[in-house]
Amino acid sequence: MININISKKLSGASGELNLQFNTKILPQEFVTIYGPSGAGKTSVIRMLAGLLEPDGGHIEADDSTWFDKNKRINIKPQLRNIGIVFQEYSLFPNMTVRGNLEFALEKNQSNKIVDELLQLTELEQLHDKKPSLLSGGQRQRVALARALIRKPKLLLLDEPLSALDTEMQTKLQDYILQVHQQFNLTTILVSHDLNEVIKMSKRVLILEEGQIKKDGLPMDVLPLNYLKSSLMR
Amino acid sequence: MLDFEPFYLTLKLAFATTLVLFIICIPIAYWLAFSRSRFKVLIEAFVGLPLVLPPSVLGFYLLLAFSPQNSFGKFLESYFDARLVFTFPGLVIASVIYSLPFMIQPIQSGFRMVPETLIETAYTLGKSKFTTLVKVLIPNIKTALLTGCILSFAHTVGEFGVVLMVGGNIPNETRTISVAIYDEVEAMNYHQANVYSFILLAFAFLILVSVYLVNHRVHTTRYL
Repeated sequence: MININISKKLSGASGELNLQFNTKILPQEFVTIYGPSGAGKTSVIRMLAGLLEPDGGHIEADDSTWFDKNKRINIKPQLRNIGIVFQEYSLFPNMTVRGNLEFALEKNQSNKIVDELLQLTELEQLHDKKPSLLSGGQRQRVALARALIRKPKLLLLDEPLSALDTEMQTKLQDYILQVHQQFNLTTILVSHDLNEVIKMSKRVLILEEGQIKKDGLPMDVLPLNYLKSSLMR
Repeated sequence: MLDFEPFYLTLKLAFATTLVLFIICIPIAYWLAFSRSRFKVLIEAFVGLPLVLPPSVLGFYLLLAFSPQNSFGKFLESYFDARLVFTFPGLVIASVIYSLPFMIQPIQSGFRMVPETLIETAYTLGKSKFTTLVKVLIPNIKTALLTGCILSFAHTVGEFGVVLMVGGNIPNETRTISVAIYDEVEAMNYHQANVYSFILLAFAFLILVSVYLVNHRVHTTRYL
């Protein structure tokens, strides 16, 4: 279980924002954080990953403390055992597809997992290609596979599909759901696409102006009008 | 008969300087690109000094520092039996300081051009800062490294003031091509001076062409 209670003062284009994020996430849960841009979604992901230091609070993952302001604990991202996929792919341009995956291997880790993940994400044919030769969907599959090499406990997805067309989004959503099951992951997905939220998760946190406004089943917390029109379609 | 010794010496000096600069500038440029230290501005200004100072000023202070009559020079002579004034090693050290910004600045801006998410991704994959530097940052700034090397090499070849101050004009030891040209003009050997100068001119032009070629290629490199 991941116990999160963090705060951070953020300043953006629309003024200052007091981000308060307080929730518990169960093992193997798939949670979506939904909200308008500028609500602090990405900052939450970055704080969980250890890329941004909260101003206060604590983050506990199972038995280990990742962050505790009072105890002055702030574990480096390297030691948090997380996988993260950004919207902008973030593949290493100097490495091939296989190279990107092998880079993520831990010392003494068998590279069998590389072949397994290449197969799972249907990238075997492209294993010796450089990222610049791949399409957006293929690149994001590489990024997803790479994030899973170290078998993380927590997978963080920061709007990973928003740069892709609808067809590719659907395909990748299926991949994500498949790996979530297969690798027993706890997954947090940031999204501002309602269709995606409904399809992917059983639990949604609605983040507005830095606060969790609602927390529950998509059916219960998402705007009703939208759900109706979505069902009609 | 054309004396090729100044050419040979100049190339030797430029190679040695570029090699030393390449090794020391990667860590300095890394620190300058990513540090949030308050003292960064001071170090940046210090590194950039050779860009604005007349070479004679730099040469003068280096001459004073290297002189065996002063503490640093005395220390080197008594502990290492090394003399830096009017010697080739002294010239290399002076050139390294003089060309420092020409190596550091391209590498520093190269590091800054690498998208932050690439670095962060490497961290979240469990990689240390050092591994990230060696396997992610350096391979992705090859053009910046090449530009730094070409500029430092060319700048060292064109050095005059610092060489004259620190190295003097000792044939086969410190008499580089620019000093040799000055010498020939002083002696009214205009033909010889012309030959040396023309070769240097052609060389400088070629260097600049290669820098621009490299830079045009940068625009076609995209980060993913």
